[in-house]
Amino acid sequence: MAKTLHLSSEEEEVLAGTEGPGRQRAMEIVATLGRIYGAERLLPIVHAHIAGVSYKNLGDAGISFLQEWAAEGAQVVVPTTLNPMGLEEARWQEIGFAPEFALPQLKAIDVFRQMGIRPTMSCTPYLFSEYLPRVGAHLAWAESSAVVFANSVLGSYSNREGGPSALAAAIVGRTAAYGLHIESARRANWVIDVAVPLRSIADFGALGYVVGKTVGNGVPYFRDLARWLLPLPPREQLVDGSPAVDRLKTLGAALAAYGAVALYHIADYTPEAISSGKEIIAPDARHLRVDSLSPALAAMDADPDVTAIDLVTIGCPHASLHELALVADFLQGKRLRTKLWVTTGRITRQRGLEAGYVQQIEVSGGMVVADTCAVVAPLRSLHIHTMATNAGKMACYAPAHSGVKMRFGTMEQCLQAAVTGFWPVSDG
Amino acid sequence: MEWTMHGRIIKGGQATGEALVSPEPVGFLGGVDSETGIVIEPGHPLEGRSVAGKVLVFPHGKGSTVGSYTILRLARHGVAPAAMLNAESEAIVAVGAIIADIPMLDNVAIAQIQDGDFIEIDGDSVLVRRPEPPAKTS
Repeated sequence: MAKTLHLSSEEEEVLAGTEGPGRQRAMEIVATLGRIYGAERLLPIVHAHIAGVSYKNLGDAGISFLQEWAAEGAQVVVPTTLNPMGLEEARWQEIGFAPEFALPQLKAIDVFRQMGIRPTMSCTPYLFSEYLPRVGAHLAWAESSAVVFANSVLGSYSNREGGPSALAAAIVGRTAAYGLHIESARRANWVIDVAVPLRSIADFGALGYVVGKTVGNGVPYFRDLARWLLPLPPREQLVDGSPAVDRLKTLGAALAAYGAVALYHIADYTPEAISSGKEIIAPDARHLRVDSLSPALAAMDADPDVTAIDLVTIGCPHASLHELALVADFLQGKRLRTKLWVTTGRITRQRGLEAGYVQQIEVSGGMVVADTCAVVAPLRSLHIHTMATNAGKMACYAPAHSGVKMRFGTMEQCLQAAVTGFWPVSDG
Repeated sequence: MEWTMHGRIIKGGQATGEALVSPEPVGFLGGVDSETGIVIEPGHPLEGRSVAGKVLVFPHGKGSTVGSYTILRLARHGVAPAAMLNAESEAIVAVGAIIADIPMLDNVAIAQIQDGDFIEIDGDSVLVRRPEPPAKTS
């Protein structure tokens, strides 16, 4: 039986255009998604996060559409953050981006600003204390890696929105009550046993590869993953990152990239697994045992013949303050022979500057690049042909999106490659 | 032969055009060239054909949510479908239709439509006209 969407009288008025064409179009998007997915009502949201920010994806057509929407009076009514764009605003000329790309890109950011959106340009809004969502908060987030972190680690509620649908939700302050906004959809339908050690961020990315490929858009429940994770820091320190935060950040990103996972649970660890216990597992859940990560690691390390590395990238999803500290520590007293980008949000970069990490990394010849990443930046125009990363999601998208050959391994292997210019000979 | 079917309005409006039918889902980002309207996904049943001005009939969308912006870009380049009919809509194509102002219905019995049928959409009704086999060519 199809359910009927009921709008409040206020919502009906917005849909009828009483509050102008900008809000009308936004309500049309939100209400139509509600009708398609069987929502009975709309829900207020506390935060929206917009993807589809790069000029690469928007094109000139996308920018003029956003300009028209802004001119029709579209303004966000809840705190709203932005995903990475195609360059770093402060240093794009120095890095070598062409004006033909940079100027329209910056124009797009101006339109988002006019709509009242905060120019955070990061895929990790949960690493900024002002935006860290609370347990049970309803969100409209686009950016699959952030959605899975918010749902799984923070216990907030968000569907995987698209760029325009998250923006529409921000403009009306509402999203339709369907999917992961509904408790019953948050039960696990896969139980995962991990029978291999997980010793690095790269291993967690490989786990995301294996599980994502198998469960698709399912909800996995990891029965014994907590033993490979230190406890999560208290809420006020979560935004700094930590060994556990960094591992879960990469796990979720890989689950969402290789599959379409928007929520997972970890026994005795993540909020809903703690509060509901085994009740969170659906009775008909299927089972997967992960015996080896080797095939995943081999697939992600896509071009093992490549040894000379043009660009090493750390920070996908965007690096936490903790990761900046790790990189700074490793590079102490070293001099780099090839390009290193540690990509992060401008808010985290500023905190890294205050802590001295950014200076330590940049004095060795690396860059802490804000606002962008190696997937949304036009790498071909920077003459980057080979890349090394420790991030599962980067290994998934960069070869196709940026046309690079890829080496994949641990952060230490990647930083070693940055020091010598060559991928280190394997030592396991 | 002609008959009328009904669907559920995703984006309201009126449109007419020749049906272009895909038995497979359509992915717009990377699947359809936003400058020309030509389907470029290797191996897709519509590969090499243009969606421009057609009533595009397909089960549902697939692929990246950025595909909504691809539909918008098709419209801004004048090579978008005149309308879209789906069996079961999803967010990528629905949002694309709304932001690009392309009439769209779902819950349509798309299996009854063939390539070359002439389609008139008005609100939730879909008028299908099929030229008689020996009759004039298009």
